[in-house]
Amino acid sequence: MNKQVAIELKGISKHFGSIQANRNVDLTVYRGEILSILGENGSGKTTLMNMIAGIYYPDAGEIFIDGKPVAIQSPKDAFDHKIGMIHQHFKLIDVFNATENIVLGIEDGGKYNLAKAEEAVREITEKYGFEINPQKKIYDMAVSEKQTVEILKVLYRGADILILDEPTAVLTPQEIKKLFNVLRAMRADGKSIIIITHKLNEVMEISDRVAVLRKGEHIGTVETKDTTEQQLTEMMVGRKIVLNIDRTQVENPADRLLVVDLNCTNQEGAKVLDHISFTARSGEILGIAGIAGSGQRELLEAIAGLQPLDSGEIVFIRPKKNLPVSFYHKTLKEVKHLAAEGKFHYEDGTPVDLSGKKNGEIKKLVNDGKILFNEDEVMSLRDKTPLQIRELGVRLSFVPEDRLGMGLVGNMDLIDNMMLRSYRKGNSILVNRKPPETLADQIVKSLEVVTPDLHTPVRKLSGGNVQKVLVGREISSAPKVLMAAYPVRGLDINSSYLIYNLLNKQKEDGTAVIFVGEDLDVLLGLCDRILVLCGGKVSGVVDARSATKEEIGLLMTKSKQTTEQEVSAHE
Amino acid sequence: MGTFAAFFSRAIMQGTPLLFGAVGEIITEKSGNLNLGIPGIMYIGAISGVIGAFFYEQSDYYIPAIGVVIALLSCLLGSLLASLIYCFLTITLRANQNVTGLALTTFGVGFGNFFGGSLIKVTKSEVPYLSLAETGSAFSATTPLAGLGWFGKMFFSYGFMVYLAILLAVLASIFLNRTRAGLHLRAVGENPATADAAGINVTKHKYFATCAGGMIAGLGGLYFVMDYMGGIWANDGFGDRGWLAIAIVIFALWKPVLAIPASYLFGALYILFNYLSLPMSMIPIFQMLPYVVTILALLITSIRNNREKQPPAALGLSYFREDR
Amino acid sequence: MNKEEKAVNSEKKQRLQWIHITKRDNITFWQGILIRAIAILAALVLCAIITVIFTGANPISVYATMIKGAFGKGRLLVTIHSLAILLCISLAVTPAFRMRFWNIGAEGQALVGGLATAIVMYNFHDKLPAGALVPLMLVSALLAGAAWGIIPAIFKAQWRTNETLFTLMMNYVAIQLVKYFLKVADKTGSNTVGPSLLGDGIPNLFGVQYLFNIVVVAVLTGLLYIYLRYSKHGYEISVVGESENTARYVGINVKKVIVRTMILSGLLCGLTGFLIVGGAAHTISENSIGGQGFTAIMVSWLGKFNPLYMVLTALLLVFMGRGADEISTIFGLTKSFSDIMTGIILFFIIGCEFFIRYKIHINRRKKEEV
Repeated sequence: MNKQVAIELKGISKHFGSIQANRNVDLTVYRGEILSILGENGSGKTTLMNMIAGIYYPDAGEIFIDGKPVAIQSPKDAFDHKIGMIHQHFKLIDVFNATENIVLGIEDGGKYNLAKAEEAVREITEKYGFEINPQKKIYDMAVSEKQTVEILKVLYRGADILILDEPTAVLTPQEIKKLFNVLRAMRADGKSIIIITHKLNEVMEISDRVAVLRKGEHIGTVETKDTTEQQLTEMMVGRKIVLNIDRTQVENPADRLLVVDLNCTNQEGAKVLDHISFTARSGEILGIAGIAGSGQRELLEAIAGLQPLDSGEIVFIRPKKNLPVSFYHKTLKEVKHLAAEGKFHYEDGTPVDLSGKKNGEIKKLVNDGKILFNEDEVMSLRDKTPLQIRELGVRLSFVPEDRLGMGLVGNMDLIDNMMLRSYRKGNSILVNRKPPETLADQIVKSLEVVTPDLHTPVRKLSGGNVQKVLVGREISSAPKVLMAAYPVRGLDINSSYLIYNLLNKQKEDGTAVIFVGEDLDVLLGLCDRILVLCGGKVSGVVDARSATKEEIGLLMTKSKQTTEQEVSAHE
Repeated sequence: MGTFAAFFSRAIMQGTPLLFGAVGEIITEKSGNLNLGIPGIMYIGAISGVIGAFFYEQSDYYIPAIGVVIALLSCLLGSLLASLIYCFLTITLRANQNVTGLALTTFGVGFGNFFGGSLIKVTKSEVPYLSLAETGSAFSATTPLAGLGWFGKMFFSYGFMVYLAILLAVLASIFLNRTRAGLHLRAVGENPATADAAGINVTKHKYFATCAGGMIAGLGGLYFVMDYMGGIWANDGFGDRGWLAIAIVIFALWKPVLAIPASYLFGALYILFNYLSLPMSMIPIFQMLPYVVTILALLITSIRNNREKQPPAALGLSYFREDR
Repeated sequence: MNKEEKAVNSEKKQRLQWIHITKRDNITFWQGILIRAIAILAALVLCAIITVIFTGANPISVYATMIKGAFGKGRLLVTIHSLAILLCISLAVTPAFRMRFWNIGAEGQALVGGLATAIVMYNFHDKLPAGALVPLMLVSALLAGAAWGIIPAIFKAQWRTNETLFTLMMNYVAIQLVKYFLKVADKTGSNTVGPSLLGDGIPNLFGVQYLFNIVVVAVLTGLLYIYLRYSKHGYEISVVGESENTARYVGINVKKVIVRTMILSGLLCGLTGFLIVGGAAHTISENSIGGQGFTAIMVSWLGKFNPLYMVLTALLLVFMGRGADEISTIFGLTKSFSDIMTGIILFFIIGCEFFIRYKIHINRRKKEEV
C-alpha cells in the first residue's frame, strides 16, 4: 500500500512522578485510515494520544506531521495541525449552549457571529444526520448529546486527524452504528481517525490497522484483516490469557442480601436504577456486568447507604436460625423484647420465656449460649446511613471504584487510612493509632504491599498497591457482604490475581461477594452468577459456568423494549 | 424634588467607586480569579494617581487636562503593577488565591497610606491630608447641562469618571457576552481544563482579565480621591469600599450591567441616613444594610441553585494542565 | 499564513519550551525548610534595600533596629503578647481550614466576641466582682463568636453557599454592630469606648500585664494541636477536608462536622475578642482586631495548618510588624511602613510554595539551539 503518512511519532516517552506512562513509542498514522489503539487499562493509550492533542508534552521523542518535526505544546497547536481529540470525559462548559461550546477556542480572525456559527453547525448536523439543538445548554443534555457536541466541535474545525478516546463506552448499539458510519465517511474523505479502545469486536469491525500498547510501550501494529482477536489479545496482555482462576463450588448458599425493586433518580433527573431486584447469596460471587454507566455505581452505593432511593427495599439476612443470641448484636433490653415476642427457643425446642427472670440470670443464659433464635434475623438497610448500617452490626464492606476519591484518602498515610473504618471504636475522645498500625503492618506483609513505610501517603503508592491497601482493609473486618467495583482496573496481572484470590477466599469463608467487572473473561472465570445491567435495568441473570461472552454482550446492549420480553423468555 | 435630586446625585457619587471596583472584580472573577486584593489595588490605584498628579502640580506649566491624563495614566500603571503581583503569584506560581489576595490588600492599603503619609510630610502640611485642588477640580468639572434644575442635578452634575464607570460596565457586558474573547474568558472561569483543551490560552486570559479588572478597579480609587473628595487624599479615607465592591459582584450575579443599579443602590444605602431624621446611633444600622442585602442575595441564589446565577464554577481554583 | 511561516512559528515555539514544569512527588523535610529559608532571606534583603532607599541608613543598622524594636528592652513582653493574640486568632481559623472551609470571617467573629465582652463590661464592671464578671465576659464572647461562625456553616452545609463570600460579608456586619454600640454607649460620638466606661477587665495574673492572655494562648496551642492531630474530631475534620466522598463512605456526617467545626472556629475567635478587649486593650472600637483576622488566614496557611509551625509563622509576621514599626519611628517614616514590609514577606513566602510543590526542568538541548 502506498499511503501518505499523516503523523509520525518517534521515541515518545512520558512519565508522571515515578510512573512511566509511555516509553519510547514509535507510531505512524496514514491519511485515509482508521487506526485502533488497543491496550488494557493503564497501558498508556490515553496519555500517548494526549501528547498528540497537546494536553501533555512528551519528556522525550519527536512528533512529525507531513514529515516535518513539530512541537505540540498546547491543544491550540494541535488544532493548527488539524488534530482534534474527543476525550472520554467530555470537555464542555456546562452553562454554555452547544454552539458556544463548538466555536470555543476558534480564532479564525473573522467576525464573532454566533448566528452564523449556528447555521454552520446545523449544516454539519444535517450532513451527518446528528440530532442536536444548537441552542440547548449542556447541563440539559443527555450523555449521547454531549458526545455529539464533542464530535461536532472537531468536525467544525475541519480536523484532518481525529482521535476518539473510548467513544462507544457511553453509546447504545444504534448510536455506535451511526458513529461508525460517520467515521467511515470521514475515512473516505481522506481523514485519519484514531480510536482508543479495549473492545476487540469494535476493533475488528471498524479499523484498518491496530496498534497495540502494553505497559506504556508500543508492542506492534498489524493490519486488521491479517489478524485475529486471539492474536490481538496476546499482544495486549503479553501472553496467552489462560484465566486460571480457581473457582470453587458454592457451598451451603443462603440468601444474604435481598434487593427488591430499587428505583433511583440522579440529581440531573435521569433514572439511573430502574426496578432492580436480585439476591446475593453467601458463599457465592455474584458478578455484575454492563457497559460503563449502566447503574453499577449507583446500585452499590445504594446498598452501602450512600445513594438516596426513590423506592424499593434492601434487606440484610443474618443467619441466626437455631443459633444463640449474643450481646454482640443485641442489648439486654432488645433480648427481653424479642423474647417477649416469642422469637427464641432453648436447645430442646421449648420457647423462651424471660418474664420474671432477673437480669443476671438472663445475662448468664445468653452468655452460655442457651437462648437460640427461631428464625434468621431480617433487617432493612433502606435509608440507613453507612454509620447506622454498622451500628446494626451488619458487616458490609465496599471497595468503591474511585479508590483515592472515596475508599481512601490519598494524602493520609497507611495507618490513618486503616483507621477510616475503625476510628470510632472506644469511648475516648482521642483516636488510638495502635490497632490500625498493626492492621496496616499485617496487610503490607500478607499482601506484599510495596511501600517505603507505614507513614507514606497512599497517593504515592502505585495503583496495584493502593488497591491492596483498600481491599485489605475492607476484608479485615470479616465482612458478611463484600462489594467490589472494578477492583482490578489498572492493575497488572499479578496484582489482579492476588485480588481474585482474595475474593475467592472471602467466598469460601461464606461471604456474599458482589463483583462489578468490565472484563467479561474475568467475570465468566471468577463469578458464580452474573447479573447484567443495561440502562439501569436488570437485563438478565446468567449462570457464569455455562454462559458465553456473546450471551452477556447481547444482554449488555439490549434496548429497553426487548429486555423484558427476552428476560421473560429466558425464565 | 430638590432634596431627592441631591440624594440621588450623592448616591450616584457614592456608588461610582463601587461600580469601578465591582466591574473590575467581575471581569477578574469571570476568569476564575477571586481577587481579594481588589481593596488594596484600589488604594494603590488612588495613590499612584495622586503621586502622578502631585508631581505634575509642582511643575510650572500646569494644564488641567494634562493633569487629568497624568493622574489617570499613573493610576492605571500602579493598578497594573499591583495586579501583576497577584497574577504572578496565583497564575504563574499557582498560589492560593485567598491568601495572595489578602496579602495584596494588606500591602496595598499600607502602600497607599505610606506614600500618602509621606507626601503629606513632604508638604509640611498642618492637617493630615494632601490637597490636589487643581487636578481635583479638573476631575469634577461638569458640563453646563448641570445647571438645568433638578434634572441637571440628577443626570449632569458629575465629573467625567461617573459616565466612564457606566460606559465601562456596559462595555464589559458587551465584551463578556458578545465577543469571542469574552466567550473564551468565561470558559476559562467556568472550566479551565476544557478551555485549555479547546486551544484557549488559559494563562494569558487569566492575566489579561485580572490586570484589566485591577486597572478598572484602580480607577475607582482615583475617582474617590480626585472627584468625590475633590482632590483630597486622607489616609484610610477610602475605608471599606473595596469590600463593598466585592459584595456588589455577588449581588449583581456577576453581570456588569446589573452592577450599575446595584452600585447606586449600595451608594444610596450608604448615605440614606443623612436624609432621614434618625438618631445618630441608627447610622451604623443603615450602613450595615448593603452587607445584609448581599448576604441575602448570596443565600437566595445558592438555595434556588439556578445554573445561570452561580459564581464561575472554577472561581478560586488555580489551574495546572498536567495535574492528575 | 503559508506553510513556511508556520514552520518558522512552530520552531519558535519549540525554543520557548525550554522551561518545563512538573509536579514534585517527594521533597525532603530539609529541602522544604531550605526553600522557605531562602525565600524569607530574599524578602528580608529586599525589605532592607527598600528601607535603605527611604532612610539612607546602612542595612546592618536597619536590621539592628528591627531586632531592637521587636525584642529590645521593655519590648519583649509586648511582642510575646502580640504573638499570642495573632496566634490565638490563627488557631481559631485553623480547624475550619483543615476542613477546606475558607473562613475569612475571623475578623468579624473575633470582633463580635470583643463586642460581647465590652457589653458585659459596660453593664456590669461596677456591679459584679471580677470572679463573676470575667466568666460572664468569657461566656458571652464565646457565644457571640460561635453565633457568627455557625450561620455561614449552616448554609454551607445545607445549600453549599459560598463560605468565602459569606464570612467576608459577616465581617462588615460585625463592624457596623460595634459602631452601633459605640454610638449607644458613648454619647460624645467617640470612635472608641475605653476603660472609663468599661472598667479594667481581666485582672493581671501574678501582677504581670498580659500574662493571662499569654498563658491562655500557650495552653490553647497545645490543646488544639492535640485536638487536630489525635482526637476523633480532628481526624474527621481531616477526612472531610481531603474528600467529602470518603467521609460519606465511612459514615461521617459531613454537615454535622462542618457545623461543629465552625462552632469551634467561632468559639476560638470569640475567645480572641475576649482576650483583646478584656485582657489587653480594655477598649472597643471597630479596629479592635486590627485586621489580624485576615493576617491569621495567612499565618495558618503558611504554617500548613499545624499549630506548632504556626507559632513560627506568627512570630515572623509579628517580628516584621514590630520591627518595621520601630524603623518608621526611628527614621520618621509613616506607620504604614510595616504593612508594606509584611506584604513583601508574605509575597515571597506565598510564592516559594511553588518551588516546593513543583519542579522546574530546564531543557538544555533546546536552549543551546537559541
